[in-house]
Amino acid sequence: MSSELKTEKDFKKAPGRLRPVRGTREQAILHISLFLLILAGIMIAGSRIPSGSIYVDLEQISQPPSLKHLFGTDWVGRDMLTRTMKGLSLSIWVGIICSLASTLTAALFGILAPTLGGRADALVSWLVDLTLSVPHTILIILISIACGGGFRGIVAGVAATHWTSLTRVIRAEVLRINTSEYVRASRQFGKSRRYIARNHLLPHVIPQMVVGTVLVFPHAILHEASITFLGFGLPPHEPAIGVILSESMKYLTSGQWWLAFFPGLCLIMVSVMVSALGRSLERILNPATAYKK
Amino acid sequence: MNEMPVFQVRDFGVSFSQYENGVTRRELHVITNLDIELYEGKILAVVGSSGSGKSLLAHAILGILPDNAVVYGRMEYRGSRIGAEQIRALRGRKIGLIPQSVNYLDPLEKVGHQIERSVRGGKKKEKKKKVLEMMERYGLEAGVYDYYPHQLSGGMARKVLLSIALLSDCDILIADEPTPGLDEGSLREVLKDFRQAADEGKALLMITHDIQAACAVADRIAVFYAGSTLETADVSDFGGDGSLLRHPYSRALLRAMPDREFIPAAGNQPLPGNLPEGCLYYDRCPERRVNCKALRPGSRALRGGRVRCDYAT
Amino acid sequence: MRLEAKDICYAYQKGRPVLSHVNFGIESGEAVGLTAPSGYGKSTLGKILAGYLTPQSGTVSIDGKTREDTGYNPVQLIFQHPEKAVNPRWKMKRILNEAWNPPEEMIRSMGIEQDWMNRWPSELSGGELQRFCVLRALSPRTRFLIADEMTTMLDMITQAQIWNEVRKHAERENMGIVVISHEKHLLERLCGRIVRLDG
Repeated sequence: MSSELKTEKDFKKAPGRLRPVRGTREQAILHISLFLLILAGIMIAGSRIPSGSIYVDLEQISQPPSLKHLFGTDWVGRDMLTRTMKGLSLSIWVGIICSLASTLTAALFGILAPTLGGRADALVSWLVDLTLSVPHTILIILISIACGGGFRGIVAGVAATHWTSLTRVIRAEVLRINTSEYVRASRQFGKSRRYIARNHLLPHVIPQMVVGTVLVFPHAILHEASITFLGFGLPPHEPAIGVILSESMKYLTSGQWWLAFFPGLCLIMVSVMVSALGRSLERILNPATAYKK
Repeated sequence: MNEMPVFQVRDFGVSFSQYENGVTRRELHVITNLDIELYEGKILAVVGSSGSGKSLLAHAILGILPDNAVVYGRMEYRGSRIGAEQIRALRGRKIGLIPQSVNYLDPLEKVGHQIERSVRGGKKKEKKKKVLEMMERYGLEAGVYDYYPHQLSGGMARKVLLSIALLSDCDILIADEPTPGLDEGSLREVLKDFRQAADEGKALLMITHDIQAACAVADRIAVFYAGSTLETADVSDFGGDGSLLRHPYSRALLRAMPDREFIPAAGNQPLPGNLPEGCLYYDRCPERRVNCKALRPGSRALRGGRVRCDYAT
Repeated sequence: MRLEAKDICYAYQKGRPVLSHVNFGIESGEAVGLTAPSGYGKSTLGKILAGYLTPQSGTVSIDGKTREDTGYNPVQLIFQHPEKAVNPRWKMKRILNEAWNPPEEMIRSMGIEQDWMNRWPSELSGGELQRFCVLRALSPRTRFLIADEMTTMLDMITQAQIWNEVRKHAERENMGIVVISHEKHLLERLCGRIVRLDG
């Protein structure tokens, strides 16, 4: 409700003034497009930089940040900005693949479990509990190693641990809708389970899945970086942020702070941005908050 | 009625700004011209179909409209004009709500304790005594004190919610659809208690679609239609064949009652966003004239009531 | 055709039966009122008749045969709150046509306007939604309609409009109606026979 009662006269006089300049939806769309633009920019930059541009230049070793090298250079003279961009775009790829895989798993389990009911439902709930009861990092390392490590290993590890909370959300939503009066009515009209799942459940679950995918993303890239940092993830020859960070550890004590600072900051900014993007999406997709100021 | 109203709403409107496609928004006028007056010791029934804006009026008085609502018009509490802030201050202290659904109860707390919380002051034992007395008046067994909300039937839940409101010391009580789901015995009981609350000096606003219940309990009835007050009249005008009523819509309401002719008026209430330029009832009015299409009639006094029709007699 | 409930017992909690050994029957073309004070299990019986609940003992049958679990249910139940009985993410036209395609003429006489078809449920009022819910359930395959406080939340004009249409349809199709309601006048107006559950 607006802060004061308007008289009809006020209302007629200045109808434009009474509506906020930017509504929730405009604001959210602005955020989302801005963030998407930045992310796309990083990815394009990362893919356009030829691997040859990260070259060893022994005349420029261990330079602090300057106009020529904004993020400084490392101990063999490679430009840190180029390395960071490469690393970020790799991280974003890992994030996209992992969150898509997690969401697909979550959707499959979240819809199938309550629809089949009984043992299937109990099994899925048990799997969720099991996955949540083991610390993520350990589980990712184990799965990553079991899958042979590298890009494939880390993606499998992260995807296999991040489907749980979204599965719970989707399962609860499906249960709620399955007991709703409109689904019960639909059953009385002789509609099959498949019809109900496709026509009644999916339209409710899809927005949740979209938001879920985006919100899993920052977790996925941070986990990837930390596992790589620990040496169980991407191999050292990949330009990953985790690799950059773990290598820089050796030089931090000698005062080369920029080696870890800029790549780390960029990684955090990307995850905060994606997280904010997810929240904005959630706000406009959820009718309860669509008009909140 | 020369005394001052406790609460009054004049030329009151509510509009929502809604997204249509993408980011284009439209201003949706849901309530256009509402007027009501509440007097101490009197019960005003607001009668209207769903979509007439009667529940939104209650939400506006309680200050619980959503963020995208814009309110205009004038509200007065005991003679002084009030705004949104005062409304929030009055809510729960001076203006209370009798809700219509069991969802307003905390599902995890015994209903007895929830009723008890609305009693201000007094020792725990006295409070419980008051609660049990109130429950007895409503025909709730003492055992219901220990029930949880999900164990209540619809009718019982209503009685519980009513007890909560009646035990608080608000001087204005708003009952949003208090009657459906009540059997005849409890209905009489509830209406009797409404009357009793009014006699103790409370001003009651009963929002209902049930004109029978309104006739049984109210002193005055305001007829809402498409977000506007078409007629306000003493309850006695609704008796007999309805010929004392001023507006054709009020007469149509009476005619459609199952114990009268059970004949529905043709047509439908216009939707918000689709309101006609002229009289809101133009499409369905059997007595419409040419002027009615272009000009929306204002509210005027007529035979001790008010009506929004230029041709009513 | 006869819809019959025999010796029905039902309890939401053990030891607190809502219905015990209740018998109820209705013939095609009949309109039977079902009334009782709140808490006597009117709605529960309605749900059992329509197959929404399975009684702990007793049987529901149509012409002596129990209903199969799949396929169109010839006993359709209409609820009190239409807002909950429609999918909020479907447009009205899709909601109306979920079970069958009602003829233009029925849509008109139910008072449904063309303009409503392309709207979302949240844009319509309870009275407008209930017309859709009722018409949706009036397919020729519906042999019995259980109206559980179907018009309790609606104004008099909408109530009369919906009931007049339902009655007309019931006569034409020889459909049976169970009217569950508190309202004496409405029951007297609609029903040839009124059953009281409280004895």
